[in-house]
Amino acid sequence: MNFGKQLKEGVITNNPVLVQILGMCPTLAVTTSLFNGLGMGICATLVLICSNVVISLLRNIIPNKVRIAAFIVIIAGFVTCIDLLLKAFVPDLSESLGVFIPLIVVNCMILGRAEAFAYKNGPVASAVDGLTQGIGFTLALTILSAAREFLGAGKFGGGLIDVSDGFRIVLGGADGIQVLPEGVGASLLTQPAGGFLSLGIFIAIVSFVMRKSAEKAAKKEATK
Amino acid sequence: MEMLTSIFAISLGAILTNNFVLSQFLGICPFMGVSKKIDTAVGMGAAVTFVMGLASLVTYFIQHLILENLGLEYMQTVAFILVIASLVQFIEMFLQKAMPALYTSLGVFLPLITTNCAVLGVSINSVSYGYNLLETVVYGVTGGLGFMLAIVLFASIRERLEFSECPKCFEGVPLAMVTAGLMALAFMGFSGLQVW
Repeated sequence: MNFGKQLKEGVITNNPVLVQILGMCPTLAVTTSLFNGLGMGICATLVLICSNVVISLLRNIIPNKVRIAAFIVIIAGFVTCIDLLLKAFVPDLSESLGVFIPLIVVNCMILGRAEAFAYKNGPVASAVDGLTQGIGFTLALTILSAAREFLGAGKFGGGLIDVSDGFRIVLGGADGIQVLPEGVGASLLTQPAGGFLSLGIFIAIVSFVMRKSAEKAAKKEATK
Repeated sequence: MEMLTSIFAISLGAILTNNFVLSQFLGICPFMGVSKKIDTAVGMGAAVTFVMGLASLVTYFIQHLILENLGLEYMQTVAFILVIASLVQFIEMFLQKAMPALYTSLGVFLPLITTNCAVLGVSINSVSYGYNLLETVVYGVTGGLGFMLAIVLFASIRERLEFSECPKCFEGVPLAMVTAGLMALAFMGFSGLQVW
């Protein structure tokens, strides 16, 4: 088992959002503040790890024909748990993510990993796969939300960092650090249209960097 | 009269001002996946409209007759997704038997719809907005029509983009995203619409 290699795959070369283009709905909808992006990433990761482990344990029992329905029911069970936990312990996050918490059920990243990995591999490997893919998802969401928040409102860490009374990390309700002066940001980026634009540019940048590094590796190979 | 106004407001909202795809980000996967050709986009849009209308009707009864009576509101997600998945399966089998012509044109899209978040989203939203039966169905159908409008417009733009030159790293999905962003920008213009 090679954890480092799987981590690299999940975060960079096979990132669920940036390379596989899965789970677009939450990626676009909730990345308006660091708190929302990070929160959504962590929730989806938890659901992914749990559902991967359970599906992998049951993979010999679930008949091939009804597997998709079985996957969805297992995933929906864990999503309900997360939904109730958030309502109880982090109500601010539950309110700002709204309908997108129950919609984790139909996040194609989770169903995709169940079908492509957990149904064919053992529980430990599936847990690791869930963790690494989840980290990739969370990282992409966090970067995108930080960028949108900074360029759109000139802030950093909205909902998460409270500076009104010294530096504090809180769970929701905070305003974040005002980095740029008020009113400087392009508020379009925090609107729905800006979500599409910034994600498109983000994917393009990642594909540009990956192409360059592949070219470099090919050149190195050629000169050897 | 009041009824008519509320229905008109809901339809206008679902199709234009609060378009499911372009301003609520529901159903992005099929929006990106099946929008390379206009024909398939129309098929997908029709299938989604059909399923969204039926799903909102069925989940209305599930919510108000079963879940609320038994105090099981917390099972909403599980119950709805199960109902939607079996509904889609059911429609597929029914169409295959009863209307083979329609089945061949819509058939391939139906299984994809189970994991379309617009369908689950419309059911959950109508419950949380507290819509009555008629409003729920209108919301479902017009939401589907809004999806269809967006995906058909998007597909016709993408068909032309095929032949245009762009930087290598923007090819494919990134360019489609930027295009969708510009469309969303145009749809933002509708947000000034008001219903008296």
